[in-house]
This record gives sequence, C-alpha cells and structure tokens, in this order.
Amino acid sequence: MRQTGKWLGLGYYLLLLLFLQLPILLLIVFSFNDSVLLVFPLRGFTLQWYRELLQATELINAAKNSLLIGLVSSVVATALGGAAAIAIARYNFPGRAFFLNVATLPLVIPYVVLAVALLILFQALKIELSLWTIMIGHTIINMPYVMLIVAARLSGFANNLEEAAMDLGATYWGTLMRVTLPISMPALVAAFLSSFTMSFDEFSLAFFLAGTQNTLPVYLYSQLRFPSRLPLAVTTAAVVIMVSVVILLFSEWLRRIGTHRPPKV
Amino acid sequence: MENKRRLFTLITPPSVFLLFFFLIPLVIMALYTMKSSSFGPLFPLSFEAFTSFFSNPAYFVLLLSSSQLALLTAILSILLAYPVSYYLVFYTGSRRVILLTLLILPAWISYLLRVLAWKVILGSEGLLNQLLISAGLIENGAPILLFSQAAVLITLVYVWIPFAALPIFAAMERIDPRLHEAAADLGAPPSVTFWRVTFPLTMPGVASAFFFVFIPTLGEWVTPNLVGGVSGIMYGNLIQDQFGRALNWPLGALMSMVLLVLVGVFSYVFNRFIPITEVPVSS
Repeated sequence: MRQTGKWLGLGYYLLLLLFLQLPILLLIVFSFNDSVLLVFPLRGFTLQWYRELLQATELINAAKNSLLIGLVSSVVATALGGAAAIAIARYNFPGRAFFLNVATLPLVIPYVVLAVALLILFQALKIELSLWTIMIGHTIINMPYVMLIVAARLSGFANNLEEAAMDLGATYWGTLMRVTLPISMPALVAAFLSSFTMSFDEFSLAFFLAGTQNTLPVYLYSQLRFPSRLPLAVTTAAVVIMVSVVILLFSEWLRRIGTHRPPKV
Repeated sequence: MENKRRLFTLITPPSVFLLFFFLIPLVIMALYTMKSSSFGPLFPLSFEAFTSFFSNPAYFVLLLSSSQLALLTAILSILLAYPVSYYLVFYTGSRRVILLTLLILPAWISYLLRVLAWKVILGSEGLLNQLLISAGLIENGAPILLFSQAAVLITLVYVWIPFAALPIFAAMERIDPRLHEAAADLGAPPSVTFWRVTFPLTMPGVASAFFFVFIPTLGEWVTPNLVGGVSGIMYGNLIQDQFGRALNWPLGALMSMVLLVLVGVFSYVFNRFIPITEVPVSS
C-alpha cells in the first residue's frame, strides 16, 4: 500500500518537474539553435546569438538599469523594512496592528493598481518618470517581504540577549548595532537578495513607471513584438535564467542559516 | 520615555515612506476618478468616469470572467501542488528540501520569460502544434491554443504552481507525525487519517496558497497580453489600456479603485478567518 503510494508519488513528482522545467530548458536550447525561428527540428549549434547579445547596446543598457534599480531599491527596502521589523518584533505600541496592516498591504494589492496609483502621483506632482520612479515602486513592494522575513528571524530570539548587553553597559544603539543587527544578519542578507531578484524581474510596475530609460524586462517586452528579435530575447532569457539560478542557490543557502532557530537563551 | 524615542526613530522612516508612496497615491488615485480629463485640473469635479463605467455592462462581465479565471487558476494550481507536497513531506524523508527546491526553481526565473516560453510552446508554429501534427492528431498548424483563454489559464497555472506548493509544503511539514501514528493506533485506515487529520491541518497552507495566487491573478494583464489575444483579455488589460491607447486616466483610476475595493473586501474577509500576516512580539 505504502509502496504503491511511493511509486505513484514519485511518478507524479517527475511529471510535474518535467512540466515546470521543460519550458525553461526549451528557452536555453533555442538560445544555441542556429535559426531565427523558434521551431523544431533544431538547425545546429551556434553561439551567434550570444555574440549578438554582447553587441546589443540597448539591451546591455537596460540590463545595467535593472541592476542599478535592483541594488538601490533593495538597499532602501532592506533598511526600511529592517527598521520596521525591529520595531514590530520588539515593541508593543499603540497603532502597531494598524502599522502592520498598512505595511503588509502592498503584498495583497495587484501590481497594476499600485503602478497606476504611483503613475498618477508622479504626474500630479509633475515628477518626470525615470529610473528613480521605478526604484520607489520596487521599494514599496519589497519592504513588506523584508519586514516579514526579518521579523520572523527576530521573534525566534528572546529579547534577553539585548537586555543582557544593556545590563552589561552597552547603550541601546550600541546593542542594536552589535547584538540585534548581527542576529538579523542572515535574514537581512536573504531579504536583500530576494528583493534584488524580485526587482530585477519585475515588469508591471517598471512598465508603467519607466521614463525614457528601460529596464531589462521592459526592453524584452518591447522586443517580443518582432519575430526576428525573438532569438535574442530568448538568449537574454537563457543568460538571466542561469544567473538567477546562481543567485537563488546562494540566497536559499543563506535563508537556511537565517531561519535556523537557535535554542532560546 | 527613552523607549518611545527609540521606537519613534525606528518606525518613522518606513512610515513616512509608506505614507508618501503608498497611502497618499491611493488617495490621489481616488480623487482622479472625479477628474474631467486625463491631464486637466481636478475642479470642477466630473462624474463622467463613473457614468461611463457603471453604464457599460461589458466592464462587469470582464471583471467577473477575470475573477472566474483567477479562481480557476488558484484552484488548479493548488490541486496540482497538493499531491506533490504530500509526496515530498511524507515519502521522501530528508531529501524533501532538495527535491522541493528543484521543483520550484522556475519560480525564481523571470515571470516574463516563463510566459515567453509558453508563447513559444503554444504558438501556431509552436511545439505543441508540431507535436500534434506529427502525431497525426491535427492537419496543419492552426493556432488552436495560443490567443485564447485556455492559453492564459495554462500559462498562469504554470507560473503559480511553485507559489502554491510552498505554503502547502510548509503546512504539511508542521504536522506532528505522532498524530498519524495515533490515528493508526486507534484503527483509522489511511484514507480516514488523511481526511480527518492531515487534510484539516493543511487547510491554513491551502488558504494562503489560494490567497497568494488569486490576488495577483485578478490584476493580471501581461500574460493575457502575450498569450491571450483578443478573446483572452482580462480586467487588468482594461486598466492598462486607459493609461495607454485609450488615454482615459480618470476611467483607469476608477477601474483600479474598483479592483482595489474588491481585493480589499476579499482580503479583509479572508484575513478574519485565516490571519496570514501575524508577527508575535517577543519582548
């Protein structure tokens, strides 16, 4: 009985794995295919698309923009979300429930609504759309994730570590820097990395809030309309996939350290 | 007193940021619904957007069909993710984390690229058609799947399975194995143990999976745009259109507000039953 279940389960797992991975592998295979059309049979191996990728200045520019937006918005989101996490995990204050509700609200709002609201704000304030406006949008969506990840880590530690430090004569801010922050570090790094990947991939907000400068997803989207540009888009996809996998594995590893709960002191 | 100042220092920056770039924009968006034109002044107020929105049943039909599609997407991704989580948690022992990671790897790959992959698969020259032709099932490469609601559904389910699997997996992992032993000791056959022990205990995971798939799907516009074609458009496309081709910002703002209210009511009711975002205070 249990043996049958095991084999059935394994079969189902493998099927689902195939379903989920095949489309991705397909993109990688086509990035090496010597044809403009994305159809089988394959025409032979080529690195032509990768060479063209290196010369596609617009694309490289977009990738640089995405990198910059990802870095800045993740740093800001990590700082703000981290501060909020310490506040909600360590203090019980009036309005805490309200703050928590508002701060996690971006998690449950469709991005198109948020994008539209920010677009209207910037238009009303006569702020020109630029990379900065995208950064603001990405910070808003990343902050709640950072807050929840870091707060989960902090609530796994009793407050008495901090109390002990202060009893021994450390100032509050000294304790924050030398006890609270190190405790939260794995969670902060994991939150930063997941913010970065999220921002790097995010399309909807970037599409609405982009000025003359594109991000990588917005650029890719604009290329999808032209069949002849599809191989280059697919090749970019392949590169992004390979880079994401490396970042993912690293952040998973950190998260595993980060959520490992030590015995309470 | 001292404590208050510290708390104030910690909480002010995130609060101010949320106020300026989250709450105020929502308020301004609400005001925009009463503007007479996209770029003119706010006053005199106009209710043109309201009349054109509420007098056009097509908008409601689309909102309804998008809700149905989102519901179907959420249910299908949960149905596909549930058995695999069950298998991983109860049958694979210590290897389950690595097996899960392998499975959900695609979730970290750009959403746009995953949709692109399905465009390649479902297109008229696409793989699926070629497969069907070579199998003799169809005559020539008709775009039978691309640019339809089915294409949108398949792609969305594909995109969301990993996100549905995670909370279900986590809920199953928290189940104390002794509960299963106890049920078996008391003579319950496996099916009874599943329905009366395992299944109820995994409901919170199923609920949060549902929540995190349903809401974003409701506002979806990119996938329908890429693989849905005319017959596969969703409510989100309508919003995007008002800020693009149609250039009717007040109407677009109103459509967003309607979606926001819908999502708000849904989350409120949902959160009353299953609190998803609770953080304990440990001081």
